[in-house]
Amino acid sequence: MNIEAIKSIYFFEMARTRRTLLQSVVSPVISTSLYFIVFGAAIGARIQEINGVSYGAFITPGLIMLTLLTQCIGNGSFGIYFPKFTGTIYEVLSSPVSMIEIVLGYVGAAATKGLMIGTIILLTASLFVDLSIAHPLAMIFFFVLTAVSFSLFGFIIGIWAKDFEQLNLIPMLVIPPLVFLGGSFYSIDMLPPFWQAVSHFNPVLYLISGFRWSFFEVSDVNPVVSAVIILVFLTVCLSVLAWIFRTGYRLRN
Amino acid sequence: MAPIVSVSNLSKTYASGFKALKGVSLDIEQGEILALLGPNGAGKTTLISIICGIVNPSGGTVLVNGHDVVRDFRETRSMIGLVPQELTTDAFETVWNTVTFSRGLHGKKPNPAHIEKVLKDLSLWDKKDNMLRELSGGMKRRVLIAKALSHEPRVLFLDEPTAGVDVSLRKSMWEVVERLRASGVTIILTTHYIEEAEEIADRIGVINGGEILLVEDKTALMSKLGRKQLRVDLSHPLDAVPDTLSAYNLTLEGDGHCLIYDYDTSADRTGITSLLAALAEAGVRLKDISTRQSSLEDIFVEIVGAGR
Repeated sequence: MNIEAIKSIYFFEMARTRRTLLQSVVSPVISTSLYFIVFGAAIGARIQEINGVSYGAFITPGLIMLTLLTQCIGNGSFGIYFPKFTGTIYEVLSSPVSMIEIVLGYVGAAATKGLMIGTIILLTASLFVDLSIAHPLAMIFFFVLTAVSFSLFGFIIGIWAKDFEQLNLIPMLVIPPLVFLGGSFYSIDMLPPFWQAVSHFNPVLYLISGFRWSFFEVSDVNPVVSAVIILVFLTVCLSVLAWIFRTGYRLRN
Repeated sequence: MAPIVSVSNLSKTYASGFKALKGVSLDIEQGEILALLGPNGAGKTTLISIICGIVNPSGGTVLVNGHDVVRDFRETRSMIGLVPQELTTDAFETVWNTVTFSRGLHGKKPNPAHIEKVLKDLSLWDKKDNMLRELSGGMKRRVLIAKALSHEPRVLFLDEPTAGVDVSLRKSMWEVVERLRASGVTIILTTHYIEEAEEIADRIGVINGGEILLVEDKTALMSKLGRKQLRVDLSHPLDAVPDTLSAYNLTLEGDGHCLIYDYDTSADRTGITSLLAALAEAGVRLKDISTRQSSLEDIFVEIVGAGR
């Protein structure tokens, strides 16, 4: 294992986070505060509680997931796409680094950044609402695995993308509707039966539901199902990556 | 001694169907400077990219110090430094960080003293804290060389290292290359400046259309292919070459004011003495004589032209 290389890539990526500290850290704090003001105060005044949880607290796991997913996909994809775009990828490809080490470096950094921002949002949210975490280990399980698997997903997008249009396609067009319609701001019980059924095809529903369960023990779907779904997604991402590495798809061909 | 790099029957066909390499075989000796010459699109960069691990080969093998570049990539890539053709740098990184990053990527423990030496050798020390985007093109080129040297490679690939680099920087770059060679580093370079290859290389390889046309010791190549020309300026123009001189295959140029004689320096007899005697005998009066040796550039044009 080329530990020095993993460290180099990881800290190189984290250095970019440091350079862009303002937009990396301050902007999620501001947007979370805005969500709380708009959703928590305006809508929360009308919807007092969902399943016995105050509305402000109820939306917190969804807000964290919304940011975690977009941040992890964004960081994971940008981290590998940008060297491809500028051409500096030549150096990584000509180094004695295995693909696993490349992934550990890039995806590790993307997930770390996502987790940092998720934690900041959690802390910001705790200023607005009373939060208690019923199952801390389960919470860490969902938090970390979501960060890792979506960073991997972003990494795959970064390798696949041939231009900035493709790079932004999934994070901008696919993820937000999935998150918003995945029960971030409501319980799917509140939907008509048809849309409830449709919602069950949305994988993000399971992530948010499982994550919310770890806080309040209320969920739209069985948390075990949520855990299985996230593990399946992780496995799918790892399998796609294994194929990419074997074939050199869009990297070495 | 076994070659440090051994390429056998290497081929590469890109997804577009373009055949960049068609069964290239090439041995690179330890400690030599090999210049690869070839027109644009000849396959030089593809060849280098495969040896360095950036591009997967379609067929054939490459061994570096006996290790296969695909199977034993850790061993081979640890030994190789690459300076790419394009000026690809991370705009927002500092010189020091980017060079340190390169060393880490190659699995080497941090060694600030070595990085400092490399930066000083390349006159980059006073720029170490500058962001790369603040540097000129020539300096970026030196940063790329510093990155390649950061992990103390035994084989260094320089892909068009002097493209867009001014004369004084080019000279200092070649001094660095000379020092590296003296320390035992094998150097493979591609260049469009053929006079550079002529000056610095031990051996010359010519590649065109994905095939190696020749690889030869530079001086042997020059003497083998290097024709000399004797130019005789005449006092009075001639209408035609006199019949008595037909054995010399002379050509008449400059409206009959000049006779050109091609000869081979490696032949036992150049025929110059007898030609001059024959000219005197034919009553041709000479105004001036000069000789000219064909340069590597002439040779290159001749080889590539013949291959077409």
